[in-house]
Amino acid sequence: MTTEPRSDARAIVVTGIGATTPVGGDVASTWDGLLAGRSGVRSLTEEWASELPVQFAARVAVDPSDVLDRVEARKLDRTQQLALVAAREAWADAGTPEIDPERLGVSIATGIGGALTLLGQWDVYRESGPRRVSPHTIPMLMPNGPAAVVGLEFSARAGVHTPVSACASGAEAVAQGLAMIREGRADMVVVGGTEACIHPLPLAAFAAMRALSKRNDDPPAASRPWDTERDGFVFGEGAAVLVIETAEHAKARGAKIYGEVAGAGITADGHHIAQPDPEGKGATRAMRAALADADATPSDVVHINAHGTSTPQGDVAEALAIRTALGDAVADVAVTSTKSMTGHLLGAAGAVESLACVMALHDQLIPPTINLHNLDPEVQLDIVSGQARKIADDRFPGAVALNNSFGFGGHNVALAFRSYP
Amino acid sequence: MADQQEILSGLAEIVNEVAGVPVDSVQLDKAFTDDLDIDSLSMVEVVVAAEEKFGVKIPDDDVKDLRTVGDAVTYIAQAGA
Repeated sequence: MTTEPRSDARAIVVTGIGATTPVGGDVASTWDGLLAGRSGVRSLTEEWASELPVQFAARVAVDPSDVLDRVEARKLDRTQQLALVAAREAWADAGTPEIDPERLGVSIATGIGGALTLLGQWDVYRESGPRRVSPHTIPMLMPNGPAAVVGLEFSARAGVHTPVSACASGAEAVAQGLAMIREGRADMVVVGGTEACIHPLPLAAFAAMRALSKRNDDPPAASRPWDTERDGFVFGEGAAVLVIETAEHAKARGAKIYGEVAGAGITADGHHIAQPDPEGKGATRAMRAALADADATPSDVVHINAHGTSTPQGDVAEALAIRTALGDAVADVAVTSTKSMTGHLLGAAGAVESLACVMALHDQLIPPTINLHNLDPEVQLDIVSGQARKIADDRFPGAVALNNSFGFGGHNVALAFRSYP
Repeated sequence: MADQQEILSGLAEIVNEVAGVPVDSVQLDKAFTDDLDIDSLSMVEVVVAAEEKFGVKIPDDDVKDLRTVGDAVTYIAQAGA
């Protein structure tokens, strides 16, 4: 069944999008790459990589130093640089809105924060002493730094937020932006996530948890959600940003509309600091909550961009959760994991995948999961494998796509997007 | 010890590196904050880099008196004398 469309005063829509990811330096190249099934995972060529158990990662396709002014970039941590690149693209795409700064908010997440700055300045300290530590260190390493920089860029004064929930952070930032508009705190919010900590220490630490793939001989094939040969996630970096506002507000200023951010569901497992609930009960509740918040039902769902990180346990738990949450309607839901191409962008993942959901509904095309050759028999889902799949015309209007994001700590965030109108 | 002109051109290089101000714009009568748009954090960078380049000590208490590039050049010249 398709529910009654929301009024434009209630519908919160996406009017601008920006991204810099391992697959592309902007939205167009990222989206083309995802639809084409292109992997952004590559071997690390740095000397330090040779002693690590994991010698590859998903670096951004275009280095921010190629885009940003040198003087501007030297005061920004790489998380801030990537966020700024994505935010500027999204803001321009939204038509460079003219808005009262006190009605403009920001919600930009990161999972880890400015780790490269922290580690880099510790090196400076040890090599050259405390007096050489940069006075920009704290504004660069603080996790709210990217949100603050984006807020300054657009003079946002309605409130600037940084939800932190590990790998669910980016999705939680989208949910926070949605809440700001619903609560009447802002008319427009710049939402998203950013992550940049490809460095030997975080890599060694995630490897110590046995969370990362060790497929050093074939990095592009390492991220393989739901495949029987999967052996962990691939560490990635990048950022994505969306500009959201009510449809009424968007139309009043003549903005184009990509799709609706229809609802959010946030739960916690209360199970273990780093392992998923094996039955995915928290994830199930998050998906159900997102659908309820969106005034949607399981039969409205055409697509899920899954968390699907390519870990042995997590992929199965999520598959179970999806089946439980959607019931019989799951038969008509096409599931994919774009992490098979981007790797896992931690605190940026939910933002990149929100963007992918919005674009999938907008273009009626679902990106494939690559590297899936032998589906794990415990995963009983319709996975879009190998090549992109069209969403049938008869699913519109009112087609809903879900994005799942789960983080260490037991955080679960599901977001529901709907085609607009 | 460096003469005033050498100190000025050395400072100009530092200010250019830290804040992107064109070397030619760094003149004796320019104020760091009002004319060159150098905030307090970037000023710390300029001071530490100048200490290193000219082999002098510039205590934090003295930094607030360095309003213009000329103030800094004079201070460094005297400190190094």
